[in-house]
Amino acid sequence: MSRDRRLKLQVFRVVVFLVFGAFFLVPIGAMFEFSTRGSTDNAPRTLAAWQTIFQTPDLVAAILASLALAVITSVGMLLLLVPTMIWVRLRLPRLNRVVEFLCLLPLTIPAIVLVAGLAPEYRWLSINVSESIFTLAFVYLVLVLPYTYRTLHTGLAAIDVKTLSEAARSLGAGWPVVMGRIIVPNMWSALLNACLLSVAVVLGEFTIANLLNYENLQVAIYLVGKANGGVSIAVAVASLMFAFILLVILSFFGRPRSRVARQPDELAGFGRQLGGGLR
Amino acid sequence: MTTAVAAAGVGTATRAGVEVRLENLKRRYAGVTALDGVNLTMAPGELVALLGPSGCGKTTALRLVAGLEQADSGRVVVGGEDVTGQPTNKRDVGMVFQAYSLFPHMTAWQNVAFGLQMRKVDAARRRTRAGEMLELVGLSGYADRFAHQLSGGQQQRVALARALAIQPKVLLLDEPLSALDAKVRARLRDEIRRVQLEVGITTLFVTHDQEEALAIADRVGVMHSGRIEQLGPPTTIYSRPATPFVAEFVGLTNRLAGVVGGGEVEVRGARLPLVQPDAAEGPAIALVRPEAVTFASGGETAAGPLVGTVIAVAFLGATSRVTVDLGDVTILAQLPTSEASAHPAGTRVRLTLRPDPVLIAHDEKAGPA
Repeated sequence: MSRDRRLKLQVFRVVVFLVFGAFFLVPIGAMFEFSTRGSTDNAPRTLAAWQTIFQTPDLVAAILASLALAVITSVGMLLLLVPTMIWVRLRLPRLNRVVEFLCLLPLTIPAIVLVAGLAPEYRWLSINVSESIFTLAFVYLVLVLPYTYRTLHTGLAAIDVKTLSEAARSLGAGWPVVMGRIIVPNMWSALLNACLLSVAVVLGEFTIANLLNYENLQVAIYLVGKANGGVSIAVAVASLMFAFILLVILSFFGRPRSRVARQPDELAGFGRQLGGGLR
Repeated sequence: MTTAVAAAGVGTATRAGVEVRLENLKRRYAGVTALDGVNLTMAPGELVALLGPSGCGKTTALRLVAGLEQADSGRVVVGGEDVTGQPTNKRDVGMVFQAYSLFPHMTAWQNVAFGLQMRKVDAARRRTRAGEMLELVGLSGYADRFAHQLSGGQQQRVALARALAIQPKVLLLDEPLSALDAKVRARLRDEIRRVQLEVGITTLFVTHDQEEALAIADRVGVMHSGRIEQLGPPTTIYSRPATPFVAEFVGLTNRLAGVVGGGEVEVRGARLPLVQPDAAEGPAIALVRPEAVTFASGGETAAGPLVGTVIAVAFLGATSRVTVDLGDVTILAQLPTSEASAHPAGTRVRLTLRPDPVLIAHDEKAGPA
């Protein structure tokens, strides 16, 4: 490659980086600016809206509930999806399409339709089992399936699951050891990615919680926003920053190091999946 | 290195080879017969190679021994114990795969020690044993490397060390060399044989490469359509093939029209002994090895049943393969390169057929196969 061409490429990269950086940072910066405005046009900047977050018990409870829901959903998703996908890949490959179809199905169903279908179930659940907000984890588990399935699928495709598991089996390993000690460590970044997507979907979910009369983070932001726009924007910025920090952590742990096999294309689709996950 | 390893106790720590029997194994996949009643008895410490084209059932046979597949019928007996119904992880087999199978997140020594850990061997013994095994395959300096830091040949050697570390009753090698380049393949082939002899483990080696099978095995089983067509020492398989399929699969063969009579076959004026003396008399196709075809010294080259024109010379190193057009058929001859190079393409030559025993095929197609 000539020096001239290399320079042009370098300039192009910097421009793209700046444009996309501005695309993401300008709205967040504007939100932060709005959340620190004083009560009047000439009033000095204040962090009052941010401080109010911690002084609003309902908001704190909603944040904690959403974080707990994110953890429950992520763990549930991993426990449900990882063994199923490995098993289907190894022992029932003809069911691959069926599992894929089932996992991608929630993507095609609008949230309002999901709620219409699930409302009777939740009515029964709240009367007979619990009306805790954590019961939302069931529907969130369904909601995150399309995003996490794709990520885990890519992670599994990057390793030779069949040969690795057969090698481990021939060395005396049972199925739990094969999954826990051989396959899972080799799709670590896919698992982290799937967890991040679950967290992003759960933290960004509004429609279902609102229609089922649960107060999660997004519903709380909406309600607070009616009374105090600055606080609702501050919470929104905080949740975006939380997702950003998670992404940084993921890119740190998920980076191919000397001891971890490279798993290409997992982060490539991240932006698209994250964008689709905030519904 | 061998002495050092023996001193370290690898030889004494290794279990003596056991007899392995495959009894009338049958396996079908969706209506297709993969194995059609395979019988094979491997003596303790013996290396048997199953050789055959893709789809002949050789890998299926190996996977049935490993327990990675279940037979429709028949038995696998290892060391006198029927293991047919046992899962893979209870079978006590070591296996090296065609695809690179080292666990990518573990170092070479962690890979080798994995099977020992599954057997609850204590950490100190694991480390010692894994070190011994890596030394056995000549990779003691690579213990802390991950799979992606090793070449293909090194990865397969670690896989061999890993398979042997658990002191399995039987070692299964599923085309372990096929992903390697030719030079590494030949070197590792000899390495596998050396280690196998040193450890004394009964070994089943599956390959589609005839040269590999003939070079490494005590006995070779040539498989075709789910059955073992011929089982015997490499020299017998090559020089006295039992069936036309074996003759044609193992080495190149000229198919020459002839007439069987009086316990011999007459091929283009030459009388050759038969592998099957009871072959039906009359017209037949004789399967003649290229190395049994030589240039006649002097003589008439204008006409004759074995006179023709050299149309191609393929350089193979010490030998060359010469294709000669005899008018009605082309014939292959494998000759020392010095001799072949004296007869470039276009030269008229007269050939002779060495009176090695030849096999008779029943179909009528003549020419090189």
